[in-house]
Amino acid sequence: MKPLFEYCLRLADNGLILGQRLSEWCGHGPVLEQDMALTNIALDQIGQARSLYQYAGEIEGKGRDEDQLALLRSSNEYRNALLVEQPNGHFGHTVLRQYLFDAFNHLNYTALCQSKSEQLRAIAEKSLKEITYHLRWSSEWVVRLGDGTEESHSKMEEALDDLWMFAGELVTADELDRQMLEQGYGPDLDKIAPSYWAHIEATFERAQLQKPENTWWQSGGKRGVHGEHMGYILAEMQHLQRAYPGQQW
Amino acid sequence: MEATITNDVWKVLEQVSDPEVPVLSILDLGVVREVNWQGKTLEIVITPTYSGCPAMNVIEVNIRAVLQDEGYDNVTVTTVLSPAWTTDWLTEEGKRKLREYGIAPPVGKVDKSLLLGTDVVVPCPLCGSENTEMLSQFGSTACKSLYRCKDCLEPFDYFKCH
Repeated sequence: MKPLFEYCLRLADNGLILGQRLSEWCGHGPVLEQDMALTNIALDQIGQARSLYQYAGEIEGKGRDEDQLALLRSSNEYRNALLVEQPNGHFGHTVLRQYLFDAFNHLNYTALCQSKSEQLRAIAEKSLKEITYHLRWSSEWVVRLGDGTEESHSKMEEALDDLWMFAGELVTADELDRQMLEQGYGPDLDKIAPSYWAHIEATFERAQLQKPENTWWQSGGKRGVHGEHMGYILAEMQHLQRAYPGQQW
Repeated sequence: MEATITNDVWKVLEQVSDPEVPVLSILDLGVVREVNWQGKTLEIVITPTYSGCPAMNVIEVNIRAVLQDEGYDNVTVTTVLSPAWTTDWLTEEGKRKLREYGIAPPVGKVDKSLLLGTDVVVPCPLCGSENTEMLSQFGSTACKSLYRCKDCLEPFDYFKCH
């Protein structure tokens, strides 16, 4: 697999899988406005993924288009971080998962605006405007729920227990991240990490939440090793294209 | 000669409206960036308002359709992302149409403080009152937020500064 192709899949798959997860909320949000917020964010993320898949397909040069990349790969070919495939849980889980992702994504795409690749820069500049709204929404909700009622606070603590172990994978550089940095395509995750943790610390302080001490991280998604959730997501997401190949609407 | 035809093409494109905000043409919206001739092929360059805007595919189909009606058979539609679309490209005419349609047009120019949430005063498009509040930064489409007027009590869409 060409490194830049694989790197684009990482970015795209994060958007697609989290977008798919958020779409599951459609019609189930706690109130109408938040139902719409969740699906708006999903739409942005899937839109961003589309641009990235189109570009990835060009780099790969095997004639695969965005639909084939999005819908016709198997679990171990997806490169999204484990965090984004975690189940929606309750609203607090969804909010925290979104925040942990957005805080990273905002820093990552800010840095991607300096990428050597003209197309990655264009996608990053476009996406960053949208990600700014996402981060604002998710951090406000972390604060509102964390610093809310006793019940909402305890639900946020529960979400933190379940999701914290997936945060570190986002900002831990592996071989591919280092390669992309050396070649000028991708950002320096070692520089992003301190800003990421600082953002979390500041938000948690406002939310009356304790940042966990634990720094042992679950990882694997970025290199294609996923949890059992991934299979269920793909089964639902890919069903139509697998059952009726080439189907369009 | 070519310049005259290009002007005609721009006029034809005025007929294509935004499927989600039908009161706006795609020219009011600022999504048509260029009209070029490549030999005998007419190239229309468009840019999406939001990455996931579902209207883009429909807009592309409609561009081809109106041009074909006018006899332009060789048309390609190219999508570019950079420079990223901004509400600063919305024409004054477009803003007026939005207001008359009941959607509050973007207030001010895009800058970081707006994106980061410094509050702006969005006048109610129905009664003109400035006593309004945001209900949700995400509205019925990606480009809008949901507001409420505290005087006439009507909810309304705000075409957000982006």
